[in-house]
Amino acid sequence: MNEQQQTLWGFMAEQKDKLLEQTIQHIGLTFISLFIAVAIGLPLGIFIARRKQFSGPVLGVAGVLQTIPSIALLGFMIPVLGIGPKPAIAALLLYALLPIIRNTFTGIVGVDAAVKEAATAMGMSKWQVLFKVELPLAMPVIFAGVRTATVITVGVATLASYIAAGGLGEFIFGGISLNNTNMILAGAIPAALLAIVFDFLLSRLQKLNIKKLKIATASLPLLLILLSSFYFLPSAYATKLKAGFTPEFMGRHDGNLGLQSKYGLKISTVVISDAVMYKAAYEKQLDVISGYSTDGRLKAYNLVVLDDDKKIFPPYYAAPIVRESSLKKFALLEKILNLLADKINDSVMTALNYKTDYLHQSPEKVAKDFLVDKGLWKPARNGNNGLVRIGSKIFGEQYILANMYSMLIKGNSDYGVATKTGLGGTKICFDALTNDAIDFYPEYTGTGLLAILQPSLKTVDSLTSSKEATYNYVKKGFHEKYNIAWLKPIGFNNAYALMIREKQAKDLKIKTISDLKRYLESK
Amino acid sequence: MIKVEHLSKSFGNVKAVDDISFEVKEHENLILLGTSGCGKTTTLKMINRLIEPSGGNIFINGQNILQQQPEILRRGIGYVLQNNGLFPHYTVAQNIAIVPQLLKWDKARTEKRIAELLEKLHLTTDYLTAYPAELSGGQQQRVGLARALVADPAVLLMDEPFGALDNVTRSKIHQEFKALDELKRKTIIMVTHDVQEAFELGDHICLMDKGKIVQDDSPAGLLFNPANDFVRGFLQEQRLQLEFKTVRMHELWQWLPALEKEVKPDSLPIETDLWTGLEQFKFAAAETINVRNQQDHEVRSASFEQLMSAFYQYKQQRGV
Repeated sequence: MNEQQQTLWGFMAEQKDKLLEQTIQHIGLTFISLFIAVAIGLPLGIFIARRKQFSGPVLGVAGVLQTIPSIALLGFMIPVLGIGPKPAIAALLLYALLPIIRNTFTGIVGVDAAVKEAATAMGMSKWQVLFKVELPLAMPVIFAGVRTATVITVGVATLASYIAAGGLGEFIFGGISLNNTNMILAGAIPAALLAIVFDFLLSRLQKLNIKKLKIATASLPLLLILLSSFYFLPSAYATKLKAGFTPEFMGRHDGNLGLQSKYGLKISTVVISDAVMYKAAYEKQLDVISGYSTDGRLKAYNLVVLDDDKKIFPPYYAAPIVRESSLKKFALLEKILNLLADKINDSVMTALNYKTDYLHQSPEKVAKDFLVDKGLWKPARNGNNGLVRIGSKIFGEQYILANMYSMLIKGNSDYGVATKTGLGGTKICFDALTNDAIDFYPEYTGTGLLAILQPSLKTVDSLTSSKEATYNYVKKGFHEKYNIAWLKPIGFNNAYALMIREKQAKDLKIKTISDLKRYLESK
Repeated sequence: MIKVEHLSKSFGNVKAVDDISFEVKEHENLILLGTSGCGKTTTLKMINRLIEPSGGNIFINGQNILQQQPEILRRGIGYVLQNNGLFPHYTVAQNIAIVPQLLKWDKARTEKRIAELLEKLHLTTDYLTAYPAELSGGQQQRVGLARALVADPAVLLMDEPFGALDNVTRSKIHQEFKALDELKRKTIIMVTHDVQEAFELGDHICLMDKGKIVQDDSPAGLLFNPANDFVRGFLQEQRLQLEFKTVRMHELWQWLPALEKEVKPDSLPIETDLWTGLEQFKFAAAETINVRNQQDHEVRSASFEQLMSAFYQYKQQRGV
């Protein structure tokens, strides 16, 4: 199987059931949130139009909500609402509130004072003035607000997949972490189309003349309810334990697919972001999660790794991968980077990660403390002899490694250093490297094998039981295909792992993945 | 019919209306006249409680309106605004039918009444399905008037109703306004800053300044017995025209010569104002005009000079 040669159409046809389900979830998620946002925002907008002293605070709060980064907002929701559609809808509706409240307020305040006065003078009550005059006349402006809110919501709803609420984000984020362009596009194109289509339809609604506007106003709530009903909870067969896997893990042969084929593990599963997964396990929203064996949060949230007794997770030994042209350009680079070889084992890496993830020390401090401790730290030299560009993926461990390399280079050579940390997932980081935007970044043997080289399943099977075989294979493959060199491994193996809460593991006597399977199948 | 007693309104420290009292008899037109900010609009809006008074009382037909429910009160009072205030999202028919709907009239009655009003206001039924934006300013104002009149309220309040119209349209609507039988049955209070309009349409005029009524009098009273220099100054600029328009033939009767020649068929009624009389010389190019007293059918005639001389003597008699 070679996924790189599969066309986008091929992928979409193959995944059409999943694509349809995700699209429907996406629409449903968008419009449930929008419906609730209208139900809250419209009365609130009317209220502040009546009592203007409240308009400042209300619009201010709604504005502040809008500025909270979406992933952070989703994170805040988990302790309160758990994972799944509830927190996703709550977060989405908070984003949709501002345009709806603001436009309702502006629309009503903007109604011609003479018309309002005439309505009152003819003997209409306050409510009659509101429903017969103010709202109908403000409707085009309110529609514009709903339109803005819709487009925002369609976009932000892709993030719902971070907290197991489904939607097109599953493909997008799965594709990014799997280095699968077709998968990204299969999620991104429908999401963009949805935004364009809804924006267009609402723009038509907004431009309707007065006569038809009445019909449109009446039909809008109905339409919202109808579209909201599209959403059904991510369907899954219920088992005794609930698993949350990252989109990447879901799509990998050394992930969920392997669990199913090699272990025959059947567990109800939701797709969730790595960022909130550990916390959700700790909060007992999830029981089994797919994590990384050196993750600091393992320690922070009292989770234990289940032993992979059938060896389906290939080794993920970390090593810097460097452009061969950069090694020539910076003669000292290889020697300096290899200073870290075999210096960090699994438990040391977990402890370092724990310091950043849980104790909230800066990656810089953690890196320096470690180097000083190992006697590797030297004060920075002048750094005026060329510029080495270090990349890193967007998680703590890579930040720490990037910082260590940066300090080592500055201390042992005259090279300058630019760090480009936070380059998203594998795909973004690796593309940056091949396109000469960075000189090196720390990569994992398993990722190099499965996400980048993507050999046949048979080859993978023959390699993954051995650490050395995998390393040698990727080293050779990268050199031949990309002119990129794998330097010596740093020592730790940040492999995939299934993990559960320590207490639960003890209570249920689960130590290996096979134990887990037996427990799930017992009655 | 309408009695206003010691009415006041303050906005913060500003006294917009300061202890005013006046009375309007049934079927009378009262004009509240004054410059911008004199309190005339505030006074008007207190009568249908768009603005709540700070003090004083208002009675309509002996009932204290401050004790009535505002919505019910307003449904019985017609209201016409300067910018007509038509609902842009309602058709002409729907606009006119607003008050009948609030009063829960049945459909047939509403439709019949609307048709009747449109005819009186010289609007064809083609306009019924049009939206206000499709009408001219004059047409909009007529629809606004129809909307105020539809439930046949005894009282009509008008806030600069013709202020937004151009001069030609305005004088045309003035003519219609005076001729409309519907309006003759109403007690009307109208706000304007236009002295000509006030004299043309008002039975009596309250001239206001700084929240107080300076003089409450008939047009002739304001002209010939001004209470103070403010009143005199206010009318000064257009004085002659106003006098011509205010003085009527019956007031000049005693100075008009008896009929010399044969009666012309087109003699003027005795209520005609002097301005219209003088206009006859221009349009009819006649040497004399005839004026007829309808009661005893006596006819007198006058040349331009004779008419002016009568006017001069009348003024002398009034001591102005």
